[in-house]
Amino acid sequence: MDEREYRAEKERWLRETYGEEGERDDHFVTVSSEQVEPLYGPGDISGLDYERDLGFPGEFPYTRGIRSNMYRGRLWTMRQFSGFGTARETNARYKFLLEHGQTGLSVAFDMPTIMGRDSDDPMAEGEVGRCGVAIDSVLDMQALFDGISLASITTSMTTNAPASILLAFYLVTGERQGASFDEMGGTIQNDILKEYIAQKSWIFPPRPSLRIITDIMRFCAAEVPRWNTISISGYHIREAGSTAAQELAFTLADGIAYVQAGVEAGLDVDEFAPRLSFFFNSHVDFFEEIGKYRAARRIWARVMKERFGAKKEESLLLRFHTQTAGCSLTAQQPENNIVRTAYEGLAAVLGGTQSLHTNSMDEVLALPSEKAAEIALRTQQIIGYETGVSNTIDPLAGSYFVEAMTDRMESECLACFDEIEAEGGVLEAIEKGYFQRRIADAAYRYQMEIERGERIIVGMNRFEHSDEAVDIELLKIDPALETEQVASVRRVRAERDQPAADDAMSELRRRAEGSDNLMPAIIECARAHLTQGEIVGVLKEVFGEYKERPIY
Amino acid sequence: MSEKKTHRVLVAKPGLDGHDRGAKVVARALRDAGMEVIYLGLHQTPEQIVQAAVDEDVDVVGLSILSGAHMTVFPRVVEMLRERGAGDIKVVGGGIIPEEDIEALEALGVARLFTPGTPTSEIVDYIRSL
Repeated sequence: MDEREYRAEKERWLRETYGEEGERDDHFVTVSSEQVEPLYGPGDISGLDYERDLGFPGEFPYTRGIRSNMYRGRLWTMRQFSGFGTARETNARYKFLLEHGQTGLSVAFDMPTIMGRDSDDPMAEGEVGRCGVAIDSVLDMQALFDGISLASITTSMTTNAPASILLAFYLVTGERQGASFDEMGGTIQNDILKEYIAQKSWIFPPRPSLRIITDIMRFCAAEVPRWNTISISGYHIREAGSTAAQELAFTLADGIAYVQAGVEAGLDVDEFAPRLSFFFNSHVDFFEEIGKYRAARRIWARVMKERFGAKKEESLLLRFHTQTAGCSLTAQQPENNIVRTAYEGLAAVLGGTQSLHTNSMDEVLALPSEKAAEIALRTQQIIGYETGVSNTIDPLAGSYFVEAMTDRMESECLACFDEIEAEGGVLEAIEKGYFQRRIADAAYRYQMEIERGERIIVGMNRFEHSDEAVDIELLKIDPALETEQVASVRRVRAERDQPAADDAMSELRRRAEGSDNLMPAIIECARAHLTQGEIVGVLKEVFGEYKERPIY
Repeated sequence: MSEKKTHRVLVAKPGLDGHDRGAKVVARALRDAGMEVIYLGLHQTPEQIVQAAVDEDVDVVGLSILSGAHMTVFPRVVEMLRERGAGDIKVVGGGIIPEEDIEALEALGVARLFTPGTPTSEIVDYIRSL
């Protein structure tokens, strides 16, 4: 049956057979409000060419997976994001997670640390250690990894605007444990473009921010070869309210902008592209998410090969971390979040993720309790060890619906690329508020669908308990930790070798004003026990600060 | 028929937290409900919020906080409004705020706090009732 015959037959089936029964609703849409047909068949993927569009796992265009053996080689890395209070509390949680079979660490910093401010900064008041761990200097980083060998684990750090500084703290911590830079592996998020677009944790304006990023890429390519220098992130774009296709397109467009910046800074694409990785959301619409991951690999491989002329195979591979969708969770009947997270984690695995964070059921209410964090980790262990989905590679390939969804994701993404191009590229589109407006529109539409009852959220707008009290135990952060951390950062400043600190600071300023790589100077600042706020302070004086035009 | 009052509402994100999805959705819902909305945006200090509330002569200040800094920020805004003789401006808020903190903040003069899952229509109705 060719495509035309298939369409005619499908029309006939819809009219004669399907139409007899009726439908329970008048529209069927994904979580991104995209229409879904009642049935998919061969004519819906008639353009699909196995060799060109799917290929074998580990072979171009990598739609079916970036490794030939995928989870038969080894399972994804189970990497739970955590951090709270001071370095001491978080260190105990890390040891607990490692003892329970977690295979990599992922650091959540508090808001002041994310924004490059010290714990005793007036803007930090009330925020220290609240939504992550407070790290002011290399001494806090040393406490965070006390008794954990940085030569033998990998660590992901969710830091963007001040990523260079936290990387420096980490490297000096490892050095003081006796590890060399080339033995240490991990990831810094370091994706500033999505900060302007969605997460809003910026410090400097876009252009100097991109210079810092290219300095990091160049430094790590030479000195820290196992470090993933940017985790190009769609997660926050999606959490801010985008659709799946926008998440995909905006993220890959950011990725392209970083590669372009690297090339323009004179780097060889094959020198830094293998160290770029991605970070996606896994929302609750199962097949839409799987299509998104499969399309992502295919688009990236083609862009890197065709547009940037990458030669190394590792430059073509879209490696990614996934986190289940915080925004899909409900404060009502929080135990239901375990179920949502399990489906979302399963979608990520069926989409071929390299590492996974499964959310705790209580994240919509507080930072995870130890109990909730353990259930979240167990959820992905059950996917990996019990369900059997990791026995074969890309098991959903060839499904008419999954392939059609993958194709749709790809074509929507490419259409979005054209829109961004028409705005003048990513930086201009940020300045014009293009991304911010598109995301705000999608978020509002989603909310209105819920309020009109067109979108059902179990326990929230359907099947609610009339009189609900939360009866799970929540983690509480002791306010005394803030006082303790404030005293600690002041002690660091008072006790260090001040002339050495002054020298490190003036060398940093010299480099920031010129064009020499900033990283060696930031590492010297870390060794001299300068605090993050002090290092950021020097860079702010040279680079200035970003201000956003508020759009809603 | 008496003329319906048009509410003027200032919406802002205090502190360092950049999660502005909720604040923007609420701002738009209030605007669509016919209110005058001044959206101040991110990273606002209590001083900036209070100054804008007085300058703009608003009826209500709406603050969104998801970072856990609510016990510091809300009481300060309420107190500073009183000091500026603008204690009649109602302060409402939203975010991840535990039950016991809601009680404490309402006792300190915050008019109403909305937690995750609240329909925007409930917020609109509440502000209209003021």
